[in-house]
Amino acid sequence: MSQVRVAGVGQTAFGQYPDRTGRDLFGEAAAEAIDDAGVARDDVEALYYGNFMGELAERQGHQGPLMAEAAGIDAPATRFETACASSGAAVRNAVLSLRAGAADVVLVGGAERMTNLGTAGATEALAIAADELWEVRAGMTFPGAYALMARAYFDRHGADREALAHVAIKNHANAVDNEKAQYQREITEEDYFDAPTVSSPLGLYDACPITDGAAALVLVSEAYAADHDVDAPVVVAGSGQGGDDMALHDRDHLDRTPAADEAAAAAYEDAGVAVDDLDLAEVHDCFTIAEVLGLESLGVYDHGEAIGAARRGETTADGDFPVNLSGGLKAKGHPVGATGASQVGEMTRLLRGDHRNSDAVPDAEVGVTHNAGGTVASAVVHVLEVDR
Amino acid sequence: MSDEVRDAGYDDLLDAIAEDQGYYLECPNGHGSLPPRTVCPTCGDPDLAEEPLASAGELETWTLTTVATPDFEGDAPYVLGVASFGPVRLTGQVRGVDEGEVETGLTVEAGVEQRETTDDPLLVLRPR
Repeated sequence: MSQVRVAGVGQTAFGQYPDRTGRDLFGEAAAEAIDDAGVARDDVEALYYGNFMGELAERQGHQGPLMAEAAGIDAPATRFETACASSGAAVRNAVLSLRAGAADVVLVGGAERMTNLGTAGATEALAIAADELWEVRAGMTFPGAYALMARAYFDRHGADREALAHVAIKNHANAVDNEKAQYQREITEEDYFDAPTVSSPLGLYDACPITDGAAALVLVSEAYAADHDVDAPVVVAGSGQGGDDMALHDRDHLDRTPAADEAAAAAYEDAGVAVDDLDLAEVHDCFTIAEVLGLESLGVYDHGEAIGAARRGETTADGDFPVNLSGGLKAKGHPVGATGASQVGEMTRLLRGDHRNSDAVPDAEVGVTHNAGGTVASAVVHVLEVDR
Repeated sequence: MSDEVRDAGYDDLLDAIAEDQGYYLECPNGHGSLPPRTVCPTCGDPDLAEEPLASAGELETWTLTTVATPDFEGDAPYVLGVASFGPVRLTGQVRGVDEGEVETGLTVEAGVEQRETTDDPLLVLRPR
């Protein structure tokens, strides 16, 4: 099977940029990725693009060709939508396309404009990732959904919020030196517990912010990289996707995310790796509890064990298995449709050594990215490896 | 969406719950689901029968939501819960109990009331 190489990485600053349109954001990220790759723009054969709430935030559907135009490429373009896993799904489909020989150079990424909606508007837009009939009409919000999962986890495993505080503290600390992060500042346990409740048991510092931003990657085939002398030492070695019932109440367990279990198992098999081979992870921490559930789905911890990982120092930058060295969604920000591609971009830079936090993992060879949609009715996992 | 247009299956079940005639769909393999369904979401069997919804459910998890969407601004803060009624669970607003008294394991019954913010029908869970 032909390897797929990450030739270029691009990303806008994540943050509050309410006046920037989606096309403006993606154009910048794509230009940076194409420049980083050093490939000819004319060689790009397709765009795989992730976006979730464009119809609500910008009254804009049919965004694929619009974003190809913004990127300055003349190629077929398709939008992928799996809620917060939209660009993870775009990356996966780009990888499958390259492996199938349908293309040699693909632009992939995503963008989301959110803060122009305000907090109430963005909360309403995010809620449509849940089941409209049986969840949203009862009053479910995105934080509310994860709060339901958090309480179920607490009840089952006897955990509490103090452990979650350390997830937030860790990810904020990791974002301090990430020049693209929304919150480049540390928080304390006191900040965490003083913050207002959003949806009990979760408070403001359990939640990722509302974010504008875009991310892009240039993926190339092994043959193209060799023929064009492209410097691309990181390969997408494994890709997996999982699915589950849409509504949380239809799941077998309220405190587990089996779609991500499936995605991880498929990605590991695809890459020919085991959990013990992994050196670090970027995990979809839209809420602190989501990082815990994600690490258990990835098999890094057994059920009920990941809750204390950050507090024990195992997943901090100096721990045995650093998680979210980018700052994660929690502190880097979560422009929904851009997040999956951003995770792959951050992991690529961490592995190839040009990330601000690469020093924390100087010998890392294998990283995993975990991207989740809704209450994890969709999940996409990728395994990235150094292959110089 | 026009108020006159119903959502078949969903509105039918809410009407039935309001009349204390709630039901769920069950396939020959015993899998429960909520309407509308053409096939069982678990096994794909098309032979779905309406079975009576249990009169009492058990609250499995809950949250006190403070930050609501615009459609629920007037309802907030409110308790949202997930309760098990045997083969199916329901998500609804927990009413009729002080928030400090809400706890997992609470026995509840399903009902239909109105949102505070709008006049839309609302699935509720009240202590039984």
